[in-house]
Amino acid sequence: MYLGNVIFLIVFVISITFFTKNLTRIISNIKLGKDINRTDNKRIRFLKMIRIALGQTKMFDRPIAAFFHLIIYIGFIIINIEVIEIIIDGVFGTHRFLSNFISYSSYNFFISTFEFLAVLVLVSCVVFLYRRNIQRIKRFHSPEMTSWPKSDANLILIFEVLLMSAFLVMNAADTLLQSLDSHYHAVGAFTFSSFLVPLIDHLSAEKLIFIERFCWWFHIIGILLFLNYVLISKHLHIFFAFFSAYYSKLSNPSKLSNLSSVTSEVKMMLDPNIDPFSNTNNTNTEKFGAQDADDLNWVQILNSYSCTECGRCTSVCPANITGKKLSPRKILMDTRDRITEIGNSISKKKNKDENFLLGGYIHPEEVWACTTCNACGDACPIELDPMSIIIDLRRYLVMEKSSAPSELNTMFNNIENNGAPWQYNLNDKMNWINDDK
Amino acid sequence: MQLEVKTMAELLQKNITPDFLYWVGSAGSFDDRAKKITRAFVKVLNYANVSFGVLGVEESTSGDVAKRAGNEFLFQMQALANIEVMNSYNIKKIITTCPHSFNILKNEYPDLGGNYEVYHHSEFVHDLIKSKKITISQNSIDEVMTYHDPCYLGRGNNIYNQPREIIMRLSKNFIEMPRNKRNSLCCGAGGAQMFKEAEKGSAEINIVRTQEALDTKSKIIVTGCPFCNTMMSDGVKNINEGAALVKDIAEVVAESLI
Repeated sequence: MYLGNVIFLIVFVISITFFTKNLTRIISNIKLGKDINRTDNKRIRFLKMIRIALGQTKMFDRPIAAFFHLIIYIGFIIINIEVIEIIIDGVFGTHRFLSNFISYSSYNFFISTFEFLAVLVLVSCVVFLYRRNIQRIKRFHSPEMTSWPKSDANLILIFEVLLMSAFLVMNAADTLLQSLDSHYHAVGAFTFSSFLVPLIDHLSAEKLIFIERFCWWFHIIGILLFLNYVLISKHLHIFFAFFSAYYSKLSNPSKLSNLSSVTSEVKMMLDPNIDPFSNTNNTNTEKFGAQDADDLNWVQILNSYSCTECGRCTSVCPANITGKKLSPRKILMDTRDRITEIGNSISKKKNKDENFLLGGYIHPEEVWACTTCNACGDACPIELDPMSIIIDLRRYLVMEKSSAPSELNTMFNNIENNGAPWQYNLNDKMNWINDDK
Repeated sequence: MQLEVKTMAELLQKNITPDFLYWVGSAGSFDDRAKKITRAFVKVLNYANVSFGVLGVEESTSGDVAKRAGNEFLFQMQALANIEVMNSYNIKKIITTCPHSFNILKNEYPDLGGNYEVYHHSEFVHDLIKSKKITISQNSIDEVMTYHDPCYLGRGNNIYNQPREIIMRLSKNFIEMPRNKRNSLCCGAGGAQMFKEAEKGSAEINIVRTQEALDTKSKIIVTGCPFCNTMMSDGVKNINEGAALVKDIAEVVAESLI
């Protein structure tokens, strides 16, 4: 067992090191974003996080997906208690460490409960694979769901099926070994894996030990691989959903931020007493709106890493429903891919590359198709806010590039000249009183 | 019928401070269809003897279209000018017949120094009915009615029930569209889309939404937004002219006053 422990420790330390390194990289990418204050109302934010991320209340807007997702979620959390035991066994060469502290019957009860969850998780993953690949639910097959996002989703599900299967087969082999080898504690047959026992009960003790050990290693290495895989996958939502929910917007959903940099300039324009040339400490050269992912604020970038590409936003987007190029999910995916690209470029070449989010990833046609109806934000189970990114991209297009669609420029001119988006004389503003057409 | 309307300037001259400012909005002032909504709502206000004033030529656009189109400069110029006017009249409470003005005055003006109690007219009329300041004839409408939620009223500001309660008083034949309340589909006008051609796609949003309304077999499509009204009216014209009337909540109430 000595060699096994050493190998286990090496694998464990390497994977945790990689995990920490890559997580740090993602966090530093998020920090590339502009500052925004979301430290207010801590209590309300905490409760919202509990409700949205832990309680998954918005998931239940679509009950079928929510039901199976909840099973996988509960299974994931509870079966991970068993992982603690697996790690202890791995480090110290013990077997079923926790059974030393409680009666065999209660230990059996716990493991049987985990098995029950494992079976439920397995079934749920199969249901999800069916929904994605055979039922082909529309939102999983939009144009932005290119080969990687599709494989990513399927890989995660297959991964979980394999992990759960390994756990059950391991327990079945263990049950048989309990009467063959004293190393295996006589905790009794477990409720669900006992159904697998007839498939392997003809095998020799050596073969059973091989199966048991193989599944054990497969399970733990699988979990450690998965931990690292999560960081390059949409599956990151299992951690980041909590943060995105906590830092989400608390104000009315349709409230947009007012750019404070604009306020000071407009106030200066409107106040005849201010001499614009006397203001010598005006070193404000801030870009209006967002051209690139690092012009966005860090909550928007956190949002992009939290998105699990479920596509509920896109499935309710009026522009997307009517065949326009805009997809709120794509806006978030592009933001994530671009900020990752910026991060990589900075770490390799010490400065940013020549690419941009706007133009390089997101076309203005997408940006201009938005009706700002906020169906996307409302549909998001973890309160992500793709619309705010669209607005920031529009701000850049209008205020920095003056490249709004021409009809909108006409509308802007009308507002400047007559205080209304249409070309009417302001003096006719009260005509409605007598205009009984 | 002669409407009783005074501007804030006229009222100030007589030393009158009205209880409310009625924010008419650009559409309500200039758009031919929306002007009818404005008149209908003023009829209700007059009927209930509400003390109110309007800003008239002193009212500029709220800036919603400019802001949603990304022109934060233009929005803030309008907003700061409007706030200066409203604060000079010491305005405390505002009613508006447009969910876009409602949203922006209520949620986005405060950060710029404009703090008001803001009501959408569907809330306000609902209160008038509840407090018996107006009476409407119950079940006076036989036609099937449906209600289209304006995004900035419903999803944006969580006002779903008041307009529905008013409609259900007027008609026993109220039918919801499959997509309603939080799941309501936009009419296609928001975010400055009203002022531009839609991007290339497979369908127009207003046609899709109007079809959903017509599929309920409704003869009257009620909404609470001048822009939704335009989009849905165009939709009906496009799909089957005359199949249904598109009316504002203020209009159906004004027609049922007793």
